[in-house]
Amino acid sequence: MQWGSVSEFMVMGGYGLYVWTSFGVSAFCMLWEVFALRRRHAAAIAETRESIHDQCVGPR
Amino acid sequence: MALAQINWFKYSSPQAFYPLAGRMIPWFATIAALLIGVGLYIGFFVAPTDFQQGQSYRIIFVHVPAAWMSMFLYVVMAIWAGLGLGLNARPSFMMAQAIAPTGALFTFLALFTGAMWGKPTWGAWWVWDARLTSELILLFLYAGVMLLRTSIDDPRRADRASAVFALVGVVNVPIIYFSVRWWNTLHQGASVSMTAAPKMAATMLTAMLVMTLGFWMYSIAVTLARMRCVILERERRSSWGMHHSHREAVEVH
Amino acid sequence: MSQPGIFAALNEIIRRDLLLVLRRRSDVLTTVLFFIMVASLFPLGVGPEPAVLRTIAPGVLWVAALLSCLLSLGRLFTADYVDGVLEQMLLIPQPLSVLVIGKVAAHWLISGLPVVLLSPLLGLQFGLSGEALGVLTLSLLLGTPTLSFIGAIGAALTLGVRGSSVLIALLVLPLFIPVLIFGAGAVTSSASGIGAGAHLSLLGAGLLLALALAPWATATSLRIALE
Repeated sequence: MQWGSVSEFMVMGGYGLYVWTSFGVSAFCMLWEVFALRRRHAAAIAETRESIHDQCVGPR
Repeated sequence: MALAQINWFKYSSPQAFYPLAGRMIPWFATIAALLIGVGLYIGFFVAPTDFQQGQSYRIIFVHVPAAWMSMFLYVVMAIWAGLGLGLNARPSFMMAQAIAPTGALFTFLALFTGAMWGKPTWGAWWVWDARLTSELILLFLYAGVMLLRTSIDDPRRADRASAVFALVGVVNVPIIYFSVRWWNTLHQGASVSMTAAPKMAATMLTAMLVMTLGFWMYSIAVTLARMRCVILERERRSSWGMHHSHREAVEVH
Repeated sequence: MSQPGIFAALNEIIRRDLLLVLRRRSDVLTTVLFFIMVASLFPLGVGPEPAVLRTIAPGVLWVAALLSCLLSLGRLFTADYVDGVLEQMLLIPQPLSVLVIGKVAAHWLISGLPVVLLSPLLGLQFGLSGEALGVLTLSLLLGTPTLSFIGAIGAALTLGVRGSSVLIALLVLPLFIPVLIFGAGAVTSSASGIGAGAHLSLLGAGLLLALALAPWATATSLRIALE
């Protein structure tokens, strides 16, 4: 362990901005992908349900 | 020999694959989270400081795995595309379709973190380094595969056309990489390369490999999730079509 | 199928395409004018400094050749696709890839060869020396057929697709990059005294590879588009 304090860890020997932007953007993009897929899945299920409902009720 | 008795072909139909994928996703997601967590811990707390680059080198713990995954996923996508063309299998095309966006995402991340690493190391956001340039071209190829699919309305043709382009791309990627490297040495651009980091400590390598494994598991989980969306969206379209023809039949009567 | 049958078919297709183009000569003229115009824009944008122009000349002329090839790719299969001739061509006894080779050869004769023949003239405008001019022409002669072969894949994939003219650029330009690098590199390295041999042989290897693989990929794409 080479970090004396939390602030030392955040500063990253002067490269904090580059390091944390890299990891932050990567984490953001991957989490965003997960949430976008959840939304897409929910939407797909909702529409499938609708179309099944239409089919069962029949075209009257 | 219980394994042999399972009818594996049962799972090759989208209807059977859908629930199976749903059961597999939490496992892969959990393993991915654990591996990425361990990788980050080793990368930030165990791996020593690089005496040449200082702390900025820690970016490679996300950059290199992202770059590896971007190339690996392209090859996997091309294999599914080739299987789809060869066996005329719709699920293979759907798999290729489900992989592409994640591959493109990792390509983007590799480029972005490459720029973040390049600024403190080379003093410039972008250097026409062979690896970075090839990665940019890979992003174009992913974009081509995905855009070709979305611009063709007929799903059968969209599947096949984007599969052919994915395969053409996989033949070209090594040629492109070789040509860009050749061009790079001719013009004597940046001579610093990412792997030229002197004597990478074993813990650094471990962190990189664990992160890569984590990204791999993440890719599987996300691909399976997208596969489920694709199955639902396509089946909906076909059931919609069925419904439509049904209505027509009723009206004729 | 006997060999003469294949060559006769090849000959017939090239002849037919050239004949069709002779009826619409403006198509050839557009490609050539486009090439000249793009190349002439750069000195206007960069400035008339001879040393700068000489350095950028290989790259500029090669990019201009790339773009003019791209411009004419849209026409490669479209006319035959629209009037249904392409569908009938699938029925000829010779393999479809032979037909593709014929069409690509015709495309190169129409849009590639004029560019190759004009390039020394444009090279002079950029102040290239005699030897560099020769290498430039030779590199274009070896490289532009490869562009036509690769472009044919893109043209077949985007056949009848909406927004195909933009899409084809996106698909094909990344695949053109190795040709651009070796082509422009040949001129640059001959100018700097290294000699263009390695680059030119790599361009030749690229052409052979394209000749071996691209017609097959194009034929597959055409079948996908037409089924």
